[in-house]
Amino acid sequence: MSSIQSNHPASPLIRIENLCKSYSLQDANGKTITNQVLFDINLTINPGEFVAIMGHSGSGKSTLMNILGCLDTPTSGSFWLSGKNVAVLSSDELARIRNQNIGFVFQGFNLLKRMTALDNVAIPLLYAGISRSNSRKQALEFLRRTGLESFAMHQPNQLSGGQQQRVAISRALINHPPLILADEPTGNLDTHTSREIMLLFQQLNRDEGITIVLVTHENDIAAYAKRLIRLKDGYIIVDKNNAAETNLHEVV
Amino acid sequence: MNLFAIIGEALRALRQNRLRTGLTMLGMIIGVAAVVLMLSIGQGAQTKINQTIAAMGSNLFIVVPGATSSGGFSFGSGSIRTLTINDAHAIAELPSISTTAPVTTGTVQLNYAARNWSTLVTGTTTDYFAVGNWKMESGTTFTESDLRSAARVVVLGSITARNLFNDEDPIGKTIRITNRPFLVTGVLMAKGQSLTGRDQDDNVFIPITTSERQITGNQFPGSIRYMLVQGKSANDMDIAEIEITQLLRQRHRIAKGKENDFTVRNLTAIADVATGAAKVMSIVLGAIASVSLLVGGIGIMNIMLVSVTERTREIGIRMAIGANQRAILTQFLLEAMMICIMGGLIGLLLGIGGAWIVSQVADMLIVVTLGMIGLAFLFSSAVGIFFGFYPAKKAASLKPVDALRYE
Repeated sequence: MSSIQSNHPASPLIRIENLCKSYSLQDANGKTITNQVLFDINLTINPGEFVAIMGHSGSGKSTLMNILGCLDTPTSGSFWLSGKNVAVLSSDELARIRNQNIGFVFQGFNLLKRMTALDNVAIPLLYAGISRSNSRKQALEFLRRTGLESFAMHQPNQLSGGQQQRVAISRALINHPPLILADEPTGNLDTHTSREIMLLFQQLNRDEGITIVLVTHENDIAAYAKRLIRLKDGYIIVDKNNAAETNLHEVV
Repeated sequence: MNLFAIIGEALRALRQNRLRTGLTMLGMIIGVAAVVLMLSIGQGAQTKINQTIAAMGSNLFIVVPGATSSGGFSFGSGSIRTLTINDAHAIAELPSISTTAPVTTGTVQLNYAARNWSTLVTGTTTDYFAVGNWKMESGTTFTESDLRSAARVVVLGSITARNLFNDEDPIGKTIRITNRPFLVTGVLMAKGQSLTGRDQDDNVFIPITTSERQITGNQFPGSIRYMLVQGKSANDMDIAEIEITQLLRQRHRIAKGKENDFTVRNLTAIADVATGAAKVMSIVLGAIASVSLLVGGIGIMNIMLVSVTERTREIGIRMAIGANQRAILTQFLLEAMMICIMGGLIGLLLGIGGAWIVSQVADMLIVVTLGMIGLAFLFSSAVGIFFGFYPAKKAASLKPVDALRYE
């Protein structure tokens, strides 16, 4: 634990200032309707943090997540990721950041169908320009770390939900990103498997110093994080340290 | 980004949907096979015509006697005997002409031992064989002295020789032409059909002097059926035609303003028309076959568009884990191109196979050239790029967040 406490360098991993996001829609009469989803968000996340972003559906937490993951761009305001102003980057540079700096974990796992677990884990390496044989070797190493070595040749539909999510986590980790973004990672899992997945996240955060940003609407899942941010109607209404952190490492 | 890896991803996507890939490829296969088959048939026809033209002899004119009419009835060209051997000799002296060969014809009955055969007899000079590009199978042609002495010697066309002699060697044997004995001096090499489809090998050749006096003689001594005239150069055929016409008008004392009593035909020009027709046929056949290639290409575009929509989520996932637009574009373009190139290769083999079958079954000359193979290959890649680009572009320009949310 002590390593994390000291792991707060001067430059934050994520710095967001006055960020707004709105969508333009055409209604039935052809009039343009602007729907603002995020209002004036200010947020700083330092390396090594474990943050849960909470809120009801429609609170803007998924939109914020997409912007943090460089999948979507803000309407206004600024966003620095590892000191880089993401708002001015080209789509190629954004792709490289998603590949190198961010690991995604989704609610629906989002593995590619009809592809083995091994190949699923290896794809980010292919897009990073690493040869197929080399990337397979590394992918197997990451599957071993998540305890799925013997399932390497299974396709997603042959795996349980928890196993699929662990494959997805292996894929997120393979390029050694400093940041993992997890969007409702336990939403499709039962309580027991959810605890296992959260344990994995806590291990990664504690042992490897990986920053984790978790989006969830469940209080007991958010409780595993060290910092809680609550969104409501596009505003941050709570941003606090989690006093009552559930520490699975101690529980198990 | 690793190109080999993307090729691998494209191949995997094609393998994952074998039936669809196969059906889409079928459009390309049929298109390319049709193009190759049609081109090879067209090329075959062209080659056949070129062979016939080469066999005919080069820079040739045929001069036939003119038509006559009596009381409003036209008797057609050659119905009067206005051309003579002397006309032929005179034309041969013209500066633009190398040689001439006067020809008389008739139909005769041939006998050898117990066999008989009815065929065309051509009375001509020794130059005829050179002018008409005839080659000897065996023996020799008749000679100038045979011509002077009106000797009873005969050169046989290959079909006539076979019909009279079977496997026997005809050289030195005596056959009877309308009951007169003739010595066989040579047999001609087979030439096949003329441009007009007439068999040129069922024929016998005797000196024109012999023919005139003993076989096809008539009430106009020295008159001929037609003459072959060979110009010196392919470039001076127009000048040669004018010279022939002027000389014959002068010799036949045709007054100004009166019509010629002969016709000069440029056989090279006729051959050019035939070659041109074959070329047009080739192009038309190829164009019709290309339509099926176009339809195949549209099929590919259609399937790729469906595929992009169906795989929107996959595209979103790939983008989220680091694929840039170029990687997505390349993958989808490669998928389309692989379908086209593989289909093109299979179609090429089928087309060549089909051409071979047609050549066996229909006894047609079919020519497959390397150029055609290259063309089919280039064409199918081009179809792949052309029809694959739009769907690939569509896939690459999806926004990651929208593609990921797509249900």
